Amino acid sequence: MVEVSATRRQGSDTQATRPTTHRPPSIAARLLADRKVVVAGCFLLLLIVAALGAPLIAPHDPLDQNLMLATLPPVGFADAEPGYLLGTDDLGRDVLSRLIFGTRVSLTVAFIAAGLAALLGSWLGLLAGFFGEGIDSLISRLVDVWMAFPPVLLSILLVAVLGTGLHSVIAAIVVIDWTRFCRVVRTETMAQARMDYVVAARALGFSRFAVLFREILPNVMPVLIALITLEMGIAVVVEAILSFVGLSVSSDTPTWGGMIAEGRQSIHQAWWVLAAPLLALFATVVAFNQLGDGLARSLDPVLRR
Amino acid sequence: MTVVVNRAAMAVLTLAGVAIVVFVLLRVVPGDPVAMMISPGASPADIAALRAHYGLDAPLLLQFWIWLKGAVHGDFGISISLHLDVMEVLLNRLPATMELAVLALALAIVLGLTVAVIGTLLRGRAAEAVIDGLNGIFLAIPDFIWALALVLIFAVALPVLPLTGRIDPALAVGFATHFYLAESLLTGRFTVAANILSHMAMPTLALSLPLAAVIVRLLKAALKEAMLQDYVLLARIKGFSDLRLVLQEALRNAVGPTLALTGVQFTFLIGGTVIVERIFAYPGIGNLAIDAVINRDFPLIQGLVMMFGLIFILINLAVDMIVAALNPRLRHG
Repeated sequence: MVEVSATRRQGSDTQATRPTTHRPPSIAARLLADRKVVVAGCFLLLLIVAALGAPLIAPHDPLDQNLMLATLPPVGFADAEPGYLLGTDDLGRDVLSRLIFGTRVSLTVAFIAAGLAALLGSWLGLLAGFFGEGIDSLISRLVDVWMAFPPVLLSILLVAVLGTGLHSVIAAIVVIDWTRFCRVVRTETMAQARMDYVVAARALGFSRFAVLFREILPNVMPVLIALITLEMGIAVVVEAILSFVGLSVSSDTPTWGGMIAEGRQSIHQAWWVLAAPLLALFATVVAFNQLGDGLARSLDPVLRR
Repeated sequence: MTVVVNRAAMAVLTLAGVAIVVFVLLRVVPGDPVAMMISPGASPADIAALRAHYGLDAPLLLQFWIWLKGAVHGDFGISISLHLDVMEVLLNRLPATMELAVLALALAIVLGLTVAVIGTLLRGRAAEAVIDGLNGIFLAIPDFIWALALVLIFAVALPVLPLTGRIDPALAVGFATHFYLAESLLTGRFTVAANILSHMAMPTLALSLPLAAVIVRLLKAALKEAMLQDYVLLARIKGFSDLRLVLQEALRNAVGPTLALTGVQFTFLIGGTVIVERIFAYPGIGNLAIDAVINRDFPLIQGLVMMFGLIFILINLAVDMIVAALNPRLRHG
């Protein structure tokens, strides 16, 4: 089994190191050469640092109200206070500090929800794609029925049923979006299962599960990683929408969606309370998307050819 | 023909499945809808009476049977929060959402078609890369972000558009139907129509931009492919201009696959009305859905989900039929 995958890897290597052809750059080099991927990756790293070090980085307590300093505009506008870079909201809370603490909820949801959706969906997709026939038609039918349900309505319905809170938001995203992973992984697994190396591994007497997890899964992984990255962008938006509607975490935890809702209310007094988290959300969504597309371009052997 | 019958049968089954799922899901909700309606001093007897009034004391299966019997006749019960007939509320609110969704679809098709044709004409040039790059970003941005960005642009920075509502309340008189836009246009009340359109401008644009981006990507790829075909080459030899080649020759053959996916995307657009209507306080069924969930208004939620389900199924059915009609190989299937 080890030999089988080793030969396979070697196979592509010998092809690449043939003296007449140039060795294709490694995946890392390819990613680093992609400017969009580098910019998106740096931005997302910055977000992770902000989330982890929020108490150290944030200039103020995100919950500290000071009505004497309410609706201060961002620095650069008239009447701004230098200590409040992005201004304050109508309760005098520092917008920048709330923004920094808000990354915690956004990234928590992004990582956990996307990870769990990937786990559930790709597990079913692997089974459907590899075993085919009865299992495949059962899982595929389930996916079809599932996708007939409007996502926005289902997420609101689920959060209403499960009660508000972070766990419900995550559950809603997983319950809705596992189908994305299932469909793609199923197709990919079907394609891989027809490859020679799978037939060879089976001929060598490896069990079906050994072939599935040690041969096929690593080859499905690149597509899966790109898909997870894209899903994180979706999860961040869904969390923001549910926070905006008031169905996510309680309002004493700063979230981008919650800030957007507050900013929408005080739009004519303090537009920056809406603008700041909206820009953050926009940048995060675009970053996850560009990174996901870049990963798909660099990791997907089909696209690479 | 059998294809259509099969699809219709599947549609009915799907709708029944949706009904069961929603019904069961809502009955396991921990919160008691009656608890939200009673005044603090209500006695247990009062609460029991209220539960009986809304049929919430019956066994689950019986509740479902009663509800299903009514639903088949268009009777979804009485809304707990609005104290009105659910069907009546839905029919009053649905036209607002239909006008919004159809207008957004039309705008998305116009925008998507225009940009795809321009992009095809510019193929191979630097401008094409700019269009592709921008479109890549547009594809990533959901209607929620667009809606709020438009609020900042057209209600704050350049306050030219009304922020909330569907029409100035002073003008919302003398309508025979709830299709305000269609009715005011048909009866020649153009100042009223202009007022409605100014209210609809931001939500329509927010809903149409993500769909327009999808259309651009699909249609532009199909157009570029079609431009390489022999019949286009032949037309080019005949001396047709590039624009004429794209519009007359390539578009006809490129539009089919795009159309099928636009149908699916249209259902996403309608899903998007939920949050976009919320942002602009637009009185459609999307906004109503959020209120219904917040108020735990069971009968209303059930009615809304069935209505959304029906709309999605009808759109998918319509798209299947249009695609089949356009494709000669499927036409006689």
